[in-house]
Amino acid sequence: MSKIHVSTSVNGEPVEFLCDASASMLDALRGPLGLTGTKEGCGTGDCGACSITVDGRLVCSCLMLAVEAEGHEIATIEGMAQGETLHPLQRKFLEMAALQCGICTPGVLISARALLEKNPDPTEEEVRFGLAGNLCRCTGYDKIVRAVLETAAEMRETVR
Amino acid sequence: MTDIRYLAPSTLDEAVRAFAAASGAARILAGGTDLLVQMRAGIAKPGTIIDIKKIPELTAIEDLGGGAYRIGAAVSGAVLAEHPTFRKAWPGVLEAVNLIGSKQVQGRASPGGNLCNGSPAGDSVPAMVAAGAVVTIQGPNGRRDLPVEKVPAGPGRTTLAPGEIVVAFTLPQRPKGSGDAYLRMIPRTEMDIAVVGMGVNLTMEGGVVKAARVGLGAVAPTVLLVEDAAKALIGTKLDDAALEAAAAACRAACKPINDKRGTIAYRIKVAGVLLKRTAAIAARRAGGN
Repeated sequence: MSKIHVSTSVNGEPVEFLCDASASMLDALRGPLGLTGTKEGCGTGDCGACSITVDGRLVCSCLMLAVEAEGHEIATIEGMAQGETLHPLQRKFLEMAALQCGICTPGVLISARALLEKNPDPTEEEVRFGLAGNLCRCTGYDKIVRAVLETAAEMRETVR
Repeated sequence: MTDIRYLAPSTLDEAVRAFAAASGAARILAGGTDLLVQMRAGIAKPGTIIDIKKIPELTAIEDLGGGAYRIGAAVSGAVLAEHPTFRKAWPGVLEAVNLIGSKQVQGRASPGGNLCNGSPAGDSVPAMVAAGAVVTIQGPNGRRDLPVEKVPAGPGRTTLAPGEIVVAFTLPQRPKGSGDAYLRMIPRTEMDIAVVGMGVNLTMEGGVVKAARVGLGAVAPTVLLVEDAAKALIGTKLDDAALEAAAAACRAACKPINDKRGTIAYRIKVAGVLLKRTAAIAARRAGGN
């Protein structure tokens, strides 16, 4: 079978790639696009390690075909920092040691950003609900949740 | 997952033609949150994937006025949640759709997929049944409408004929004093499969139930419309005796399985408990409308 040509936008840049019809968006990101920040965990949409946004909405890239990216806006962890300047979530995760092995971290950050864009002042319960699709087997979640709440508070201050 | 053909037609006619022509070797792709998992596990081996999200009718949400809505079968939970007015008219349907999986799954999963996957535990289905949703189906022999409860045929099976595609759900107009709600029981707090799912839709007038529909999930091979429970509520003020009669009707309708999430006895008991709790929420919402 011949490869399919896909034109899309990744982190604001127009990109084109070739893929098989059965390839997942995760396969395309980590393969032809060389963006390996997005991780593969379960491959069945349960763990959230492969979280990206498509047109601003959170999805598991393992549950999306690469060909479906045609004409949409994809955002990955690689687009989160602006050059050398980390996103406030990334900075706070480092400051508060909200990660251990780091495999879940890109997905957690993408989910947390999507959450704060919709809800800049979440309760702890809302953070836990918003991140329920991201499994972390190291931290026990408390440090992650606290880092997201602290970042939200800091970002609200900055806006003011 | 090799040698698959991917089609993304822009019209329903093209999609139906391609689906019928593939005679069983094709699968419809909406959100893909079930299909891609099945493909990865080797359970589904489609020769052709027909992506229906480029068909405008399948991804539209139409406000038909008076609380009536038409929801394209491939609309994702996230998109439905962003709709400015749907939440007010059908909070129970929305909370049920939004319980399908995580936020990530919500970005993709659709009520059409949830229905066609045929799981007795699909969260959106009992709420759609309670709402009295009508499903529009298009196939090689044209278009037809079916009450949503007539679609599931058993675990993983539907009554759709070969080549038929679910197009949209139509929710009826809301008389004044209407409210709906959906609750499910799961062993975890989030992201699990319902042990019991309960949708209740009420129309109240002066504190008296004028109309009721009850949809019950995860306790039988298909989601059930429990008419006896609705009858037990209609004409009452939702007093304890009426609620107990409706709960008993729900328990009587259960034909559940034993599995790791819940025993037969537990599921039956919980069905009665959820009826009371869900009806209370629906009644409160009805009072505010």
